[in-house]
Amino acid sequence: MATSEVERRRGQLAALSIAAVVIMVGVPLWWRTTETYRAWLPVSQINELANMQLQLSADVEVVFARGTVTPEQQKKVPLTQTQDEEHTVDENTALRYRYEIRYRTATIMEEDALDQPTAAEADLSLHTLSESPCGSLVVYVIPESSSLLPEDMDVYIGQRRTALLRIGAQMRVGRTVEQLLAHLEPRIKQVLQVMSFSHTDITAALSDRVRLSPGNKESIADSMRAFKSSPGYEITFSLLNPDPKSHRLHWDIEGAVQTYIQPLLTKLAPVANFSLDSQTLYYAMLGVNPRFDSSSSAYTLNSDSLAHVINPVEARLGSNAASSNPVLNFLLYVPDAHHSPLYIHDNKKQEVPSNAFHSPRWGGIMVYNVNGFYRPEAVLPVDININMAKVMGVFLAQLRLLLGVQSSTAPPGFLMAPCGSTGLADWELDRLMWSRSVENVATATTTITSLAQLLDQIGNIVINDNIAEQVSSAVTSLQLAVAELEAGNLGFALQYSKEAIMASERAFFDPSLLHLLYFPDDQKFAIYIPLFLPMCVPILLSLLKIVSEARQKRREKQAKKD
Amino acid sequence: MAITMPLSSIIHKQPQKQRDKWPSNDFQEELVIRPLHSGDIYASFQFRTLWETDFMRGNKVSHYRLFPKSLGQVISKFSVRELHISFTQGYWRTMQWGQPFLPSPPGAELWVWFQDSVTDVDGTWKELTNVLSGIFCASLNFIDSTNTVQPSASFKPLGIGNVTDHSFLRYATLPREIVCTENLTPWKKLLPCGSKAGLAVLLKSEKLFHSSFHSQAVHIRPVCQDWQCKTTSWELRQTLNVVFDLHTPGQGKREWSLFKMFSRTLTEACPLASSSKIYIDITDNPQGEQFEVSPATPLLSQAMVLGDRRTFSVYDLTQQITFGTVRSLNLLIRWKSSEDMLRPLLHGERYVAGYGLQTGEIHTLMYNNHPYRSFPVLLLDSVPWYLRLYIHTLTVASKGKDNKPSYIHYQPSKDRVRPHLLEMLVQLPPNSVTEVTVQFERALLKWTEYTPDPNHGFYVGSSVISSLVPSIVAMDTNSTREQPLFSSFFPCKEESSYFVRVYTEPLLVNLPTPDFSMPYNVICLTCTVVAVGYGSLYNLLTRSFQIDEPSPGLAKRIANIIRKMRGVPPL
Repeated sequence: MATSEVERRRGQLAALSIAAVVIMVGVPLWWRTTETYRAWLPVSQINELANMQLQLSADVEVVFARGTVTPEQQKKVPLTQTQDEEHTVDENTALRYRYEIRYRTATIMEEDALDQPTAAEADLSLHTLSESPCGSLVVYVIPESSSLLPEDMDVYIGQRRTALLRIGAQMRVGRTVEQLLAHLEPRIKQVLQVMSFSHTDITAALSDRVRLSPGNKESIADSMRAFKSSPGYEITFSLLNPDPKSHRLHWDIEGAVQTYIQPLLTKLAPVANFSLDSQTLYYAMLGVNPRFDSSSSAYTLNSDSLAHVINPVEARLGSNAASSNPVLNFLLYVPDAHHSPLYIHDNKKQEVPSNAFHSPRWGGIMVYNVNGFYRPEAVLPVDININMAKVMGVFLAQLRLLLGVQSSTAPPGFLMAPCGSTGLADWELDRLMWSRSVENVATATTTITSLAQLLDQIGNIVINDNIAEQVSSAVTSLQLAVAELEAGNLGFALQYSKEAIMASERAFFDPSLLHLLYFPDDQKFAIYIPLFLPMCVPILLSLLKIVSEARQKRREKQAKKD
Repeated sequence: MAITMPLSSIIHKQPQKQRDKWPSNDFQEELVIRPLHSGDIYASFQFRTLWETDFMRGNKVSHYRLFPKSLGQVISKFSVRELHISFTQGYWRTMQWGQPFLPSPPGAELWVWFQDSVTDVDGTWKELTNVLSGIFCASLNFIDSTNTVQPSASFKPLGIGNVTDHSFLRYATLPREIVCTENLTPWKKLLPCGSKAGLAVLLKSEKLFHSSFHSQAVHIRPVCQDWQCKTTSWELRQTLNVVFDLHTPGQGKREWSLFKMFSRTLTEACPLASSSKIYIDITDNPQGEQFEVSPATPLLSQAMVLGDRRTFSVYDLTQQITFGTVRSLNLLIRWKSSEDMLRPLLHGERYVAGYGLQTGEIHTLMYNNHPYRSFPVLLLDSVPWYLRLYIHTLTVASKGKDNKPSYIHYQPSKDRVRPHLLEMLVQLPPNSVTEVTVQFERALLKWTEYTPDPNHGFYVGSSVISSLVPSIVAMDTNSTREQPLFSSFFPCKEESSYFVRVYTEPLLVNLPTPDFSMPYNVICLTCTVVAVGYGSLYNLLTRSFQIDEPSPGLAKRIANIIRKMRGVPPL
């Protein structure tokens, strides 16, 4: 009896020690060898980013010209004033606009500049006096009697970062400073909304992050027209010659690009990198057959058939082999001799004066009729030189639209200076930079948060060190970009936001994330079971037996006590 | 869609000056038809686009007229000096068909010279192959370090520029690549006229791929515009070679026409082409005794091709008279008789010998059919790492005697990193067969390294034999003379010899192929064995053993049952 009891105890001990070895050595060993490598990610910072409080700060300098404030008022005018405006876009996103307004009176040189006969000249000489940094504005308040502006205009917006604001008639001398400032404030805000950012622009830029409530059709179309923010764009000009037998076309694209496009792109260099090329495509047809209009003896393309024009042409354009940036296509289509002249008609069946149209986020097409060059005695093919000034005027306008430069029309009472030789005013660039920075920040946060979510949900994905590095650098750049926006340093904000978007995209699209993503669990268990089942079942059974015996013994002991 | 208004306010400057000089672009197209002695028809298309530009300077903005933009971007982005790519379906039978105008190995072949400004050649090469695989819809992305070599002597630049540093050269073949319509369509898109006009209207895939041999290639290289080489330009040559097997038995008559071959006739030249010609090789048929060509043409031309002076009838498509009154050209040839052809002077063959799945032997045979001249050839072999070459077994023998190569460049392979590269210069004695043999061992692959159809075998790319072959007639070395495109590709520097490249057959080698459910079977088996051993050990350790009454034997039990039935007490 005693020997069998000893024997039983030894068996129990052996079972327990085997179970202990399996649990203490086997399980950690199995765990460590089958674990997927997951580098550390700044999850808490990413979660903070998911909840975005974006503050945009704009510096405005308000300069009172002679005759707008009295010396007594001048003393009372505060030096600075800060105005905040808060908007809640949705539960995770809030916007705050801070306008830091500084007041001062005009210096003598500025007074001289304001004495110029026209507003444009005043604008130019003010610009030469001082150059305001990117993202800030100077508003000159000029007396009501000033002749710089025409009678019915109150505000002049220059080519740089200055505006002239005519003080209202009711603000003659004798009013208090408070009344004066209260009178100026809404109008300064209006100027700001035109020249730096407006709430509609910023919410449109946030569209990657926030689902916008469906507004009117027009505004959606407007917001969808421009290309999405990208670190670079490829611009391709294509000359389509469907009929090389009848005409030989010459276009001086090198010269035209240098003259018209390059100045604009040089100015836009802080926003993105641009690369330019051009090609000539022969036998490239439009996808639709134009209708012959016998009344004007011309061929017409209706606005509803324009949508079908692009696809067949696109097959010939060729994708860009050298980079993966979005491509802006500008096509100059010279109709063949049998379908010429060709005119584009708008919705109201009227001829479009430019004979061109554009497709949102794709590019523009212009039809260039050359039927005037065909003469009865002409020998085919006819040599034709294309008037590039006419063509580039249309393409430049389309380029501005597609890059999102021109998005708001001037409110009544505003006079805009015509944009200069670069095709882009300084404040238009600022405006673009504001919305691009916000858009980049929004896109990068969405990318990073969804990446974090994905990695959280699918535990099988290996996170390599380089991905963790990209994520961290994206998060750092994002924080810096948000901080710079808050401080009002627009140039740095855009720079950081671009870095953030690049790092986040690199992390998101890293091919190593796809490895083992779909390694199925059932196959894993099919391999484990032949080993684990026969090993674990005896251990489990003997453990159960030990437990039940121990319990029985205790019960017996209790029964004995009783 | 939205209508745009012109932005007239911006346009206030006129362009400074209309430039009257355009960078010269030139486009030529050509078709050579050669009736082969086997009764097949060899049609060779060549399209040449010249683009005058100073490519050695990094020009950022690029404007393309006739040159395709996609290839131009590739050249400038990857700093390519020369690019040669070919896609071939079928094997060129040199012994039956003679030499092709432009040789190419079965499958895909790509060789690129980079400019010396490239620092990371391997990285650029990898990116370039990926981009090209997108442009040509081909599996060029399978080119990696395991099938790329840097030949030291066999592939010299064909354009201008004396580069000898072969670290800027990369060469790769994909013998497995299947060529079909999806490769032809992007190739046609590179032509300025597309397939809308000119000779390219004949390129219909349903006919082209219904042939014995199909090869299409793109060659880009810098060339001189003139004799002094004052101006340089990029040359893009697109070639397409096809051999039609029209001599099918049972049809009786031996005749072919453009319509029968391509199911099209020609109506016009490409309006952008400065020259558009069809050549028909009538050398073997001076008096029309073998075949007759209709419509007849008075234009005859002679050209030096591959060491031979050949006569061609020429049809100039830019002349309206070529098309006659029906305004379409349908060439027709009727055969009358045929005779044996001249054997090609240089010819190569290759095969695998040996049995079993462990070792084998590669035999490469090089034929010199010249009656009295011996000449040297460069042999290039690129063998994948999974055939481990025993280089000490390398033997070169001609006419039963050892033939010591005067130059050997051998780069051993590294497993999963790079292939074997064997290059040697061998002198071929006249009228002889030179045999190069080398033994190899087949390596075991990891189970993920097998192709989806591993029992089909693994391809080993063709050997390349390059040589200056002594010519029967004096070659024309004056490159300024107007030459047909097909005879002007390989630069010719000596009058007495011409350059030939011959590709051998690719090899198909079987590797030891496992049963692919094996890993799971092995896991199950070992686990079961482990579990059985472990179970008995566990039982020994944990069970307590007691002496038990031995159970009665079977006979006793049966006896007891019977006794019970009888009512007798059991034993």
